[in-house]
Amino acid sequence: MSDLGISRSRGQALPKLPFHKRFFGSVPVSVAIYAIIVGLIAYGAYTGAQGMGYNWQWYRVPQFLYRNTEVGFEWGEIPIGLVATIKLSVTAFLLATAIGLLVALLRLSGLVIGAAVAVGYLELIRNIPLLVLLYLFYYVLGPIFGFDRYFASILTLAVFHSALISEILRAGINAIPAGQWEAAKSIGMSPYQTYLYIILPQSVRFMLPPMTGEVVHLIKSSAIVSVIAVAELTTFGRNIISDTYMSFEIWFTIALVYLVVTLILSIGVSHLEKKYAVDQ
Amino acid sequence: MTRPAPMIEVSNLDKFYGTFQALKNIDLTVHQGEKVVICGPSGSGKSTLIRCFNGLEWHNSGRLVIDGIEVYEGAKDIRELRQEVGMVFQQFNLFPHLTVLENLMIGPMKVRKIPKAQAEETARNYLDRVHIPEQADKYPAQLSGGQQQRVAIARSLCMETRIMLFDEPTSALDPEMINEVLDVMVELAETGMTMVVVTHEMGFARKVADTMVFMEAGQIVEISPPEQFFTQPSSERCRLFLDQILAH
Ligand SMILES: Nc1ncnc2c1ncn2[C@@H]1O[C@H](COP(=O)(O)OP(=O)(O)OP(=O)(O)O)[C@@H](O)[C@H]1O
Ligand SMILES: [Mg+2]
Repeated sequence: MSDLGISRSRGQALPKLPFHKRFFGSVPVSVAIYAIIVGLIAYGAYTGAQGMGYNWQWYRVPQFLYRNTEVGFEWGEIPIGLVATIKLSVTAFLLATAIGLLVALLRLSGLVIGAAVAVGYLELIRNIPLLVLLYLFYYVLGPIFGFDRYFASILTLAVFHSALISEILRAGINAIPAGQWEAAKSIGMSPYQTYLYIILPQSVRFMLPPMTGEVVHLIKSSAIVSVIAVAELTTFGRNIISDTYMSFEIWFTIALVYLVVTLILSIGVSHLEKKYAVDQ
Repeated sequence: MTRPAPMIEVSNLDKFYGTFQALKNIDLTVHQGEKVVICGPSGSGKSTLIRCFNGLEWHNSGRLVIDGIEVYEGAKDIRELRQEVGMVFQQFNLFPHLTVLENLMIGPMKVRKIPKAQAEETARNYLDRVHIPEQADKYPAQLSGGQQQRVAIARSLCMETRIMLFDEPTSALDPEMINEVLDVMVELAETGMTMVVVTHEMGFARKVADTMVFMEAGQIVEISPPEQFFTQPSSERCRLFLDQILAH
């Protein structure tokens, strides 16, 4: 034990932070500041809209969430669009993970060709804008291979996000010490068995936080497929607006829906992470 | 009396890392049931040599035959070989996400395709043999270093290995835990297991070694039975080395 280690573990109390840091760092003050900022933005938008003579019609919004008609309860366009967005995102995410894993393994394979193919793919995808990629899949590859707009959307999102996902997976795999590979080899495991039973289960812990970020990112970028009119939340928003001209109310609502979904996701995963950390 | 069959036959083996020659012209034969202890200064190639024995490293020239299997990079039966040859590492290398019992069962179940119940029976049996049956359901991080190393030994034994390689199995341990691991290794030696042990624990070497090997700068400098090795080593370098480590 070095002297340094001992004196640190005895630990004098941390030096007091200066007043302004303690003040602005405390939870109630942060929440208050946050509320004030949000309030100001909302107020600014509201008065700005008033200035333009915008006619607020919030009372007409709930019908797009749910309706009670003579046949009974039915969901409105916004929840239906949300479900479509989630379906689209989940499918694209699963496919993106599969492609990402393949690319990551190619890069880690130690084969020169494999690594070259993987790096080429990553550079290509990273340097094409998402919108252009979508047009490529829908207007060029779609007609050639005969797939529809929905499939083109899934492919676009999956391919685009597979690049970052493959980097996340690679970093997670590389975070496992070489000794684990050697131990697995020394009991006769194949590379496939080693990944499946030894490496990936340990990598999950490293991958979970950045993967959540990537899911959130994917849900948000899925809105882009509204430009080819695939049925999902943003497209439904556009449709409602073209019928009602309530662009402010609907876009605020849609933004809020995205925000709520991604927040729930982040909170859920951070709980999962804590549970996982305890288990280990 | 007929000699038992050779389990490890090394002839004329060279190993390079880039242009650096880590092993030079190694010749060594280990017979069934024989205990070989390898010592030598840091960087002399001890680890590299035994890592060649289970295909964690590949030699560049010369010949290496383990239990009748020719070992070379790309050999198709290398995984069969690894099931025959157990390895215990300095840093234990247990699987931290699995319990002790699962650490012992995963090889037999996934590699040898042994049914779960039978794998568990074998695992508990070997945990008894390394004297920690009560730790079966703990995770490696909850065990002391000495206990972890004994689990690692049991993990190799569960594969029903015919040869056991040890790479400085006690040098990462606190002094008070060294003996519990060495005791297990002595008991293992008494079962007739073929063992190649890299260690500087000369008390252990005196007790179990049939053959002592001293390496320096990638070469085997001295190879002799322990009586001779400890009393009249033929090389000056070996004598100096022994003086140094026995002085402690
Ligand atoms: N992967 C590698 N790449 C390059 N050089 C290496 C590699 N592994 C080992 N070496 C070199 O080979 C030589 C022998 O290393 P080795 O680990 O076999 O020595 P050792 O006798 O086991 O030493 P120690 O007692 O420190 O464990 C050393 O000079 C080392 O630097
Ligand atoms: Mg070594």
